Amino acid sequence: MDLAALKTQLKNFVQSMFEEGVLDNQFSQIQALQDSTNPNFVEEVITLFCNDAERIINEINRNLGYQNVDFSNLDSYVHQLKGSSSSIGANRLKLACANLHQASDERNKEGCLQALQLITCEYCLLRRKFQALLHLERSIVELETNQK
Amino acid sequence: METEDQTLVQDCLTENLDPAPIKDEYAPVIFSQETVSHIVSIDMMSGQQDLENILRARATGKGVLTSPFKLLKSNHLGVVLTFAVYNKDLPPDAIPEQRTEATVGYLGASYDVPSLVEKLLHQLASKQTIVVNVYDTTNASAPISMYGTDITDTGLLHVSSLDFGDPLRKHEMHCRFKQKPPLPWMAINASVGVLVITLLVGHIFHAAICRIAKVENDCREMMELKARAEAADVAKSQFLATVSHEIRTPMNGVLGMLKMLMDTDLDAIQRDYAETAHASGKDLISLINEVLDQAKIESGRLELEDVPFDLRNLLDSILSLSSDKSNDKGIESAVYVSDRVPEVVVGDPGRFRQIITNLVGNSIKFTQDKGHIFVSVHLVDEMKGTSDVGDKVLQQGLNLVQDMSSKTYNTLSGFPVVDRWRSWENFKMLNGKDAKDDPEKIRLLVTVEDTGVGIRLDAQDQIFTPFVQADSSTSRHYGGTGIGLSISKHLVELMHGEIGFASEPGVGSTFSFTGAFGKGEVSSLDSKWKQYDPVVSEFQGLGALIIDNRSIRAEVTKYHLRRLGISVDITSSLESACTYVSSIFTTSAFAHLAMILIDKDVWNQETVLQLRSLLEQHRKNCKLNVSTNLPKIFLLGTSMSPVERSKLKTSGFVDNVLMKPLRLSVLIACFQEALGRTKGKVRGKKMSTLGSLLREKRILVVDDNKVNRRVAEGALKKYGAIVTCVERGHDALNKLKPPHTFDACFMDLQMPEMDGFEATRQIRSAESEVNEKLASGEVSIEMYGNVSHWHIPILAMTADVIQATYEKCLKCGMDDYVSKPFEEEQLYLAVARFFESGL
Repeated sequence: MDLAALKTQLKNFVQSMFEEGVLDNQFSQIQALQDSTNPNFVEEVITLFCNDAERIINEINRNLGYQNVDFSNLDSYVHQLKGSSSSIGANRLKLACANLHQASDERNKEGCLQALQLITCEYCLLRRKFQALLHLERSIVELETNQK
Repeated sequence: METEDQTLVQDCLTENLDPAPIKDEYAPVIFSQETVSHIVSIDMMSGQQDLENILRARATGKGVLTSPFKLLKSNHLGVVLTFAVYNKDLPPDAIPEQRTEATVGYLGASYDVPSLVEKLLHQLASKQTIVVNVYDTTNASAPISMYGTDITDTGLLHVSSLDFGDPLRKHEMHCRFKQKPPLPWMAINASVGVLVITLLVGHIFHAAICRIAKVENDCREMMELKARAEAADVAKSQFLATVSHEIRTPMNGVLGMLKMLMDTDLDAIQRDYAETAHASGKDLISLINEVLDQAKIESGRLELEDVPFDLRNLLDSILSLSSDKSNDKGIESAVYVSDRVPEVVVGDPGRFRQIITNLVGNSIKFTQDKGHIFVSVHLVDEMKGTSDVGDKVLQQGLNLVQDMSSKTYNTLSGFPVVDRWRSWENFKMLNGKDAKDDPEKIRLLVTVEDTGVGIRLDAQDQIFTPFVQADSSTSRHYGGTGIGLSISKHLVELMHGEIGFASEPGVGSTFSFTGAFGKGEVSSLDSKWKQYDPVVSEFQGLGALIIDNRSIRAEVTKYHLRRLGISVDITSSLESACTYVSSIFTTSAFAHLAMILIDKDVWNQETVLQLRSLLEQHRKNCKLNVSTNLPKIFLLGTSMSPVERSKLKTSGFVDNVLMKPLRLSVLIACFQEALGRTKGKVRGKKMSTLGSLLREKRILVVDDNKVNRRVAEGALKKYGAIVTCVERGHDALNKLKPPHTFDACFMDLQMPEMDGFEATRQIRSAESEVNEKLASGEVSIEMYGNVSHWHIPILAMTADVIQATYEKCLKCGMDDYVSKPFEEEQLYLAVARFFESGL
């Protein structure tokens, strides 16, 4: 595919993510932060986010596996995940975190488990989409450097 | 034995002579010269002397002289020389008997000494002047005078010995001057003259040497005195420098402490005390600065800078600084700069500010509770042609008109003022007497007019004298040292200007001064002056309506709005405003009308409601989109309590209340808030302003979440900030321990181990510890990077913004909060508080 077509594809892809509510305005802010001084910003942030999110989700999982759940500990993890999500603009994930936060407040283990389920779901979706996005970006960069 | 003798010459009277007695021997004279013929047949041995003579001559064989005796005939003194004639040659060693045996006769000669001497001397010199005495000095103790008169001792005596040949006898000749030698007048005169001359010359030399010595003495003394004077001058400068440092350091300590005290929890009374103390301290420091300025001026060491600066911004800031005091007193203050004054001038902004601050400060001090303080700046050239003065403010200022019906004047507040032209009537610059008219220089005329108590007529002469105040009670009542005006005068003169005033007790005072400034380029302005560029203003092209019954006041407001690029219309009452608005409904002017500014003096709740409904009505009538913005209504007021202000705001009558004196930055902020994002350009403008605020600032980001950190860092870096990230509260503590180089800190609230609140609390306590130490002088200010008061702005980053959290943030020492992730506008507003180029 040629460069222009790739770029359009990327744009459409991101647009679709917006429309689905997977990503929100914050993500476009992050995209805006990528410039010549910061050429791999988006990729960097996405990678960081993914690693972080996976770690947290695993931790929450583990926590909820115990008999006596440490809700305050859980709370801080949720808060972290929520924070990361809103920083990167992962809208749906952020909302899912809110659910978990509520359930944790209520000390509702069942509710937490359910909310965690949702979070995991959303995260997987997001990760898939991010991977596709990064793939597209890398192709564009490759083409651009080849053309030069 | 026949001898020839001489006999005494006689007077030829042979009968006087006795016949010779009977003797053994006789020696008669047989032959003689004719001249002594009278001695013939006289026995030479008859005279005693002759006898001795003959006998001696016979015995010795030599010529023998008698002692002087009177000769026979002439009776002159004379001597006889006798030789013995022998009949055979006798050996030299013959004994006298042998000689006597051999004698056959004698030969004698008589010397008539006087005639001899005279004859001799006659040949020599004139007898008159030299006296000669001849003596027989055989008997030294009893010289026999042979010739010469009695001695007249005339002094000099020349003695020479005569040798008649007789060894037995001695003869001397004494020569002396007959007359005493006359006093040698010539010599005496000459020598006296020479002596006198020598004395005089000596005297002259002596006098000259004395004088030189004296002058050298004086010179040495002067050198000493000069050295002492120079030392005194140096000592004075050292004293100044020491005083300046030594007094200011503890003063700064006191002020720093008071500031810290005011930062703590105080009740109302305590706060009042602390604030009073702080104000006094600030006054004291400014007093010290004034005195030092005065000393610097006196020693001629004050120098002016030459930098470009923006006049209008400077005046804004001066007035806003003093607005607290003037608003408290209920005095209206305003500043107006004529259009013809260029945007940028080159001069010394600090000193210019000092002069105006002094004049405005005086005005505030001496104006009680009514009236106004009005600062206006014009070009000197504007004054020169008084007939065609274009500037409205100037026109009004030059013609004081009283409105009979309301008993007010056409001044800023309505109260009467002194004729301002009287304050500059003596200026050479304005009378055209100023010979040096440099076209490269901009000559400004600044006037500060107030409605205070005025200056007493008898005190007006001394107004510029340092340390003298109008009245002895002035210092007591109004405070101050009396140096301010003297320093201002000097500064004005350093700016090649003149200062003058006109004052009337009970009416007010107006001070004016001129100054020469250079032309400047807008691009050369320091970044701190570049607050606002009207050309790309977001308000460019908007229209405004001012409703104010005081025309000068309206002009002032118009001036401020025109600086933003807004075009302005003025009406003097609400009613006429309604009429005006109605009249322009159908024109394009209405579309541009974005704001209506109403002065508090004409404020009338009902009429404003009327106006509002008029506008609403129009909108309905024209079936305009509801979202079309109606002109915003602003109230302009001087002294209003915050309660009043918020009441008016919330009542919905006005969109905002603007406090006077108007300040450009405040206007911009208010208009932006009220007008919202009317144009897309606004966003871009914001960004660049945010950029200018954050550029090169060192910011610490504290967040335990990696993603958050990265995003925050990226966002801040976009605006040019230098970002450092840390994960934990502890790390933040270490980084923010004074001294450090950070300008601000963004702190996440929820962090494990140490959350944002705790971290901030600890940072603040560390800072106050250091501040205390600095204020008490325990540590030197250089150790802490010359910052005397450490307080880094800490902004909380939080995802959930609820009131409780906000208050909690403030309580533990944070300055503000921003939401996470960053929202550009909110970030800007928060950051602007700390990084606004403070003027």
